[in-house]
Amino acid sequence: MSYIPNTIAERKEMLGSIGVSSVEELFAAIPENLRLKGRMNLPQAKTEFEVLSELTALSEKNTLFKTCFRGAGAYRHYIPSVVRSLASREEFVTAYTPYQPELSQGVLQSIFEYQTVICELTGMDASNAGVYDGAQAAAEAIAMFRERKRTKAVVSAAIRPMTLSVIKTYCRAADCALTIVPARDGVTDLAALKAALDGETAAVYMEQPNYYGIVENAAGIADAAHGAGAKLIMGGHPISLAVLKTPAEYSADAAVGEGQPLGMPLSFGGPYLGFMAVKARDMRRLPGRIVGKTADAQGRDAYVLTLQAREQHIRREKAVSSICSNEALCSLTAAVYCAAMGKEGLRDAANQCHAKAKYAAEQIASIDGFGMKFGGFFFCEFVTSCPVPADRVMDALAKQNILGGLPIKIDGEDCILWCVTEVNTKAEIDALTKILKEVIY
Amino acid sequence: MSELIFSKSRPGRRCTVIPKCDVPKADIPHELLRETAPGLPEIAEVDLVRHYTNLSRRAFGVDNGFYPLGSCTMKYNPKVNEEAAALRSFTGIHPLQPPESVQGALQVMGVLSDCLREITGMNAISLQPAAGAHGEFAALVMIKAYLLDHGQPDRTKLIVPDSAHGTNPASAAMCGFEVVNIPSTADGLVDLDALKSAVGDDTAALMLTNPNTVGKFDTNIGEIADIVHGAGGLLYYDGANLNAIMGIARPGDMGFDAIHLNLHKTFSTPHGGGGPGSGPVGCNAKLAPYLPSPAVTVKDGGYAFTSPEKSVGMLKSFYGNFLVCVKALAYILTLGADGLREASENAVLNANYMQENLRGAYDVPFPGHCMHEFVLSLELLKKETGVTAADIAKGLIDRGVHPPTMYFPLIVHEALMLEPTETESRETLDHAIAALKELRQMAAESPQALHDAPVTTPVGRPDETAAVRNPVLRA
Repeated sequence: MSYIPNTIAERKEMLGSIGVSSVEELFAAIPENLRLKGRMNLPQAKTEFEVLSELTALSEKNTLFKTCFRGAGAYRHYIPSVVRSLASREEFVTAYTPYQPELSQGVLQSIFEYQTVICELTGMDASNAGVYDGAQAAAEAIAMFRERKRTKAVVSAAIRPMTLSVIKTYCRAADCALTIVPARDGVTDLAALKAALDGETAAVYMEQPNYYGIVENAAGIADAAHGAGAKLIMGGHPISLAVLKTPAEYSADAAVGEGQPLGMPLSFGGPYLGFMAVKARDMRRLPGRIVGKTADAQGRDAYVLTLQAREQHIRREKAVSSICSNEALCSLTAAVYCAAMGKEGLRDAANQCHAKAKYAAEQIASIDGFGMKFGGFFFCEFVTSCPVPADRVMDALAKQNILGGLPIKIDGEDCILWCVTEVNTKAEIDALTKILKEVIY
Repeated sequence: MSELIFSKSRPGRRCTVIPKCDVPKADIPHELLRETAPGLPEIAEVDLVRHYTNLSRRAFGVDNGFYPLGSCTMKYNPKVNEEAAALRSFTGIHPLQPPESVQGALQVMGVLSDCLREITGMNAISLQPAAGAHGEFAALVMIKAYLLDHGQPDRTKLIVPDSAHGTNPASAAMCGFEVVNIPSTADGLVDLDALKSAVGDDTAALMLTNPNTVGKFDTNIGEIADIVHGAGGLLYYDGANLNAIMGIARPGDMGFDAIHLNLHKTFSTPHGGGGPGSGPVGCNAKLAPYLPSPAVTVKDGGYAFTSPEKSVGMLKSFYGNFLVCVKALAYILTLGADGLREASENAVLNANYMQENLRGAYDVPFPGHCMHEFVLSLELLKKETGVTAADIAKGLIDRGVHPPTMYFPLIVHEALMLEPTETESRETLDHAIAALKELRQMAAESPQALHDAPVTTPVGRPDETAAVRNPVLRA
């Protein structure tokens, strides 16, 4: 099955109208010695029924845990049915990038609304249409703020390890120096940060809440960064922004983050969404697509891809970034999710994330050997010690269909990074604590 | 015009309600709270559904009609692929689950990588890049690491033909390479003399799209590879146009050292109005140790994550756009080796059918058969009638056809680039051919009507200059 409508007879007629007798003649430009001899060695073609059976069988080799207490960059939140329903509409799904505005007002307006949602959540003035994911958004933001005389980046060690890894890859590629400021007691070491900054620092990147779930002294970090003339980029969990102080309120220059919690399933890591927003003064530094509002000749509101002079197809080697395709359908998903949850609903979800995480932390930390690793206010993730090898804990939980927190090492010690969201019930948390108690006795 | 969702908001309206909190309420310290709640819409579910349904009616996808957007391979996106990617045990698994609990997902990645290796003739593949430009960036990061590792830091120049996609030079610059543009011949191929004088001991690589962006297979590819390799440089393949040659020729056999693919183009995973895509990077044995981390490998009879020996690290979180990979695998399993070849043959047949039928009405700047896409030049038409490539494109909109790629490649003035793909019927092609001919006639007789097109859409041509001069980027 190749999804080709034309019959063999029709193809022959078409060949005739081109003036060739076989399709091979159309490939004459490919030198004989470079032609593939024989057929490709691929699995035999299958019917739709067989393909679906095979992939269903593969999917069933995965364990779909009933309960999940793991986050660390990918989060299980409730996704209203309306989100998937609307984001699956074929007109959105099968469209290309909206290069033709007259035919694409629906896609363009959805991005414009997405940009507005991101500005509302972050408090910033201008958002792009999104980039690949939260980690790559952080790397792009650092590149965006690099200047001729300020090329260095400084990042906190308390950010997600994967974000750090991506930032390293991008900085190494661009030959830009990167300094990693150590964490102390689960937060960025402010004194070490200040010492790392100098007149060549372009930007500081931190996460709020950070990898360990803790809300950082962002005001202190902002003062330090700005004091050295550097920009502050703040990464964050978008649902926390329904209640927590915004990057703009901390006077950050850019807000970025992983958009996955906004209506995207875990999906083994992708597709996700990187959001990026800045102050008005920096809007022309943003990478990627941006939608703007204008009018047609009759004065009707119209949306277009705009400020394109920043982009690769115009500026080529002078562009801010090479990004072309982004994650547009994920941006649309995020906007639908935020509207479905609504002003009150998102606050409710955020408050429940924190309340349930706090309850879980109290329960877990009351068990011998599972004490809280750090003080400080946390949002929906927290770290506890683990008195036995973490594998033993995870195995015991897996037997009860629970994916436990992520085992991590801190100063060589076995610890667990837990995540609790609004989808976790009190009964699930109580069951979790019961199993933990059994594991150590 | 369609009202913004924010203006449909009414205080107190709700859509989804989550269950009541069943643990004690926890206060957040005042100094950590934001001052005002974000201004998200307050809307009932029915109004939310109508809002987006109406927006979708003002969008145009392959499911709405013919979409011959050059270099974008807008082929039909089979529904079974979507169903496979929506399986709960794919969508619901956490990326940091232990490997033994995600063997099915790892097998999807392993089998897909094997298929892509066979289709491209490369030794190794990483599925991590999220889009074509990301895969291209990955390949250049690997090339840079390889050169540094082999004591060749002075190879700082990337050679890019003037017909290349804009992402090529932009990715090169992100990796600190200097871009050397070389001209194309009148046939649209790489100018071998220009290439010979451009290469040297400062050459890192040549970036090439083959078939290229004017729809020609560069028949000198063997010699091109010899010139670049002879100078000690590497050869990079931009896979945007792979849909022309599946089962017929492979970049690995042509001498390419690194490639990227676009699963959302060639392998029919939809484009989603701009993404998510997937842009796997592939390479030969000498670059394989530098592939992004983690890599999926077979170990003790199962699949595991490993880090390639000299990996360049991660390009994004986790392992790539996994659900897009599921769709691409479903597509490859459905077509098989013969089906993929048949797809390429018919993509080329359809393009030639259109090109041949438009010759005469329009200027076809490059002689001979094309591959899966072709370019028209409207330079002469513009001189004669004042009607531009954009005018013709907008006229097509009024005839139910999505316009071709406009003003690209840059080496053709007033270019329209058409890629019909294999999944379009002869009647669909005939309709578009007739529409283009009619527009050609209109250009001579009533050019103003074309300057005013489109007239059947909810809005006419937006004032793009005003959008830039006074940016309004949010409600």
